[in-house]
Amino acid sequence: MNGVVEPGIPASVPVGKEGVGVRAGAKAQISYRRRDNWAGYVFISPWLLGFFIFTLIPILASLYLAFTDYRLTAAPTWTGLDNFEKMFFGDARYWRSMRATFFYVFTAVPLRLVVALALAMVLNNSRRLVSVYRAAFYAPSMIGGSIAVAIMWRQIFGKVGLVNAVLALFGIPGAAWIGRPETAIWTLILLAAWQFGSPMLIFLAGLKQIPSELYEAASIDGGGPWARFIHITLPMLSSVIFFNLVMQMISSFMVFTQALVITNGGPLDTTLFYALYLYQRAFGSFQMGYGAAMAWVLLLIIAVFTAINFKFSNRWVFYEEKAE
Amino acid sequence: MATSQPSFTTDSLTHQQKQRLRSAVYHLLVGGFCLLMIYPILWLFASSLKGPSEIWTNVTSLIPKEWAFENYIEGWEGFGGITFAVFFRNSFLYAGVATLASVLSSAFVAYGFARLRFAGRGFWFTCMILTLMLPHQVQIIPQYILFSKLDWVNTYLPLLVPRFGGQAFFIFLIMQFIRGIPRELDEAAEIDGCSRIGIFFRIILPLIQPALITAAIFSFYWTWEDFQAPLIYLSNPKLYTVSLALRASADPNSVTNWGAIFAMASLSLVPVFAIFIFFQRYLVQGISTTGLKG
Repeated sequence: MNGVVEPGIPASVPVGKEGVGVRAGAKAQISYRRRDNWAGYVFISPWLLGFFIFTLIPILASLYLAFTDYRLTAAPTWTGLDNFEKMFFGDARYWRSMRATFFYVFTAVPLRLVVALALAMVLNNSRRLVSVYRAAFYAPSMIGGSIAVAIMWRQIFGKVGLVNAVLALFGIPGAAWIGRPETAIWTLILLAAWQFGSPMLIFLAGLKQIPSELYEAASIDGGGPWARFIHITLPMLSSVIFFNLVMQMISSFMVFTQALVITNGGPLDTTLFYALYLYQRAFGSFQMGYGAAMAWVLLLIIAVFTAINFKFSNRWVFYEEKAE
Repeated sequence: MATSQPSFTTDSLTHQQKQRLRSAVYHLLVGGFCLLMIYPILWLFASSLKGPSEIWTNVTSLIPKEWAFENYIEGWEGFGGITFAVFFRNSFLYAGVATLASVLSSAFVAYGFARLRFAGRGFWFTCMILTLMLPHQVQIIPQYILFSKLDWVNTYLPLLVPRFGGQAFFIFLIMQFIRGIPRELDEAAEIDGCSRIGIFFRIILPLIQPALITAAIFSFYWTWEDFQAPLIYLSNPKLYTVSLALRASADPNSVTNWGAIFAMASLSLVPVFAIFIFFQRYLVQGISTTGLKG
């Protein structure tokens, strides 16, 4: 937004039915726009109503419920910190779900972003068929959250599934990938990595913004492909990488559907992701108070990670200096 | 690759030949990886056409030995006397109404945020952006309590009513688009005595069509594959969406007719691919300009 008042435009022009001109301060915004409070709130009212009824009040309500025992049948009873105490010191499954979730977030997100960036760089040219490749690589992202794909994945990694059949062609004995505690979570991580299409498209848009003169200058100075990647591509793309990192981490902390359908938390709780365990507690055994406490801890975890991301971003995210 | 060859061979190649070789290697590698990535999807469609005798014996092939189109007929029968016609109708209604409500409301709100200056605008806008990062888990429990008190469980109301408030992602997307429209258009209409509502409906709405289409595609996708909300609110099989029905019929311990399950799973992806083929341009633009997740 430019705060420059253009000369020649009268400081205050009354317009509209109300005809209220804005007093022109020394550094006023372009002031022929009146402030329309009334109309503004009319326009944002659908969102504002939804925000209060379906977001803000529920968040505060779940904060209250987190300190109660509530099972829908009777009124909530205040139990203080009981839920949190039980969660942190008396619930082994809770810690297993934390472990599974963190392991998933810290493997699936980097894997997905690395593949996305690599493919974006490979596709950042004007060769023939590139748009076909781009569309095909995006296809898994488009359908990845669906139940159809979850069912498909379960059968691909099943005992008589596609993966074992392909391995058999090479004489390698297969395994029960989903039934074994060591491999089950990796089938879900692979499913996440397979859906690299959206971050790839975002990277691709970012790569197109990098001026080619930078690469030309680096080539003249004798920079090889690796040096150009480290000193030009990565810094110029860092804000896009940062954006992808934040958004992908947030959504990975909430992973639910695929784990429910493919592994249902098993075997031995190795894929009992946080959102899945929360669902089991709140809607399987209707422990709404406990579920609300878990939800608030998740909110705090995500807030902390987002804050850390933002805090460290100024160390490595490079923003082009804005021309004054 | 080139290192195993004596160096004079590459030197003796003309520039054009080198380019061609490079291009061939590129397409071989990228195209090969591409096939690997979409192989599971092709496999799903192929398996939906394989008979019970070959589905788990001729697993890797993408071409069935005998085309078992009856899988689709058997799958369509559904379960408990409810056919997939019901589930597809439910899903289309849910995705259709939700998309219409959400995109129109979002456009309305986006105009307010993008064009009108009012007290508290910055504050509410920040609140809206923050909701993008909010885990919905903190909302679902009180929402469930609210909707069950209203006796809305086992209806589509809990899934549809919140959509009328617009969705932060779409509001943001449409706002970005409105910002690209010259303000002079609004101002000219204003001078001609057009009200804010009039400006929105007569000037802005027709101009933001591409953004509306992008938002509508995403909204349709997300609603079509939505699973958690229907799972929580809908327990009557007559109300099941395709997602719920697929999951209910694909219990790994009891399924015998996998061909029929794969047939319905494939069918559930057809609307997604159809939209992609017709509106690819809008999708790619939407993702690249706002970083929407897909």
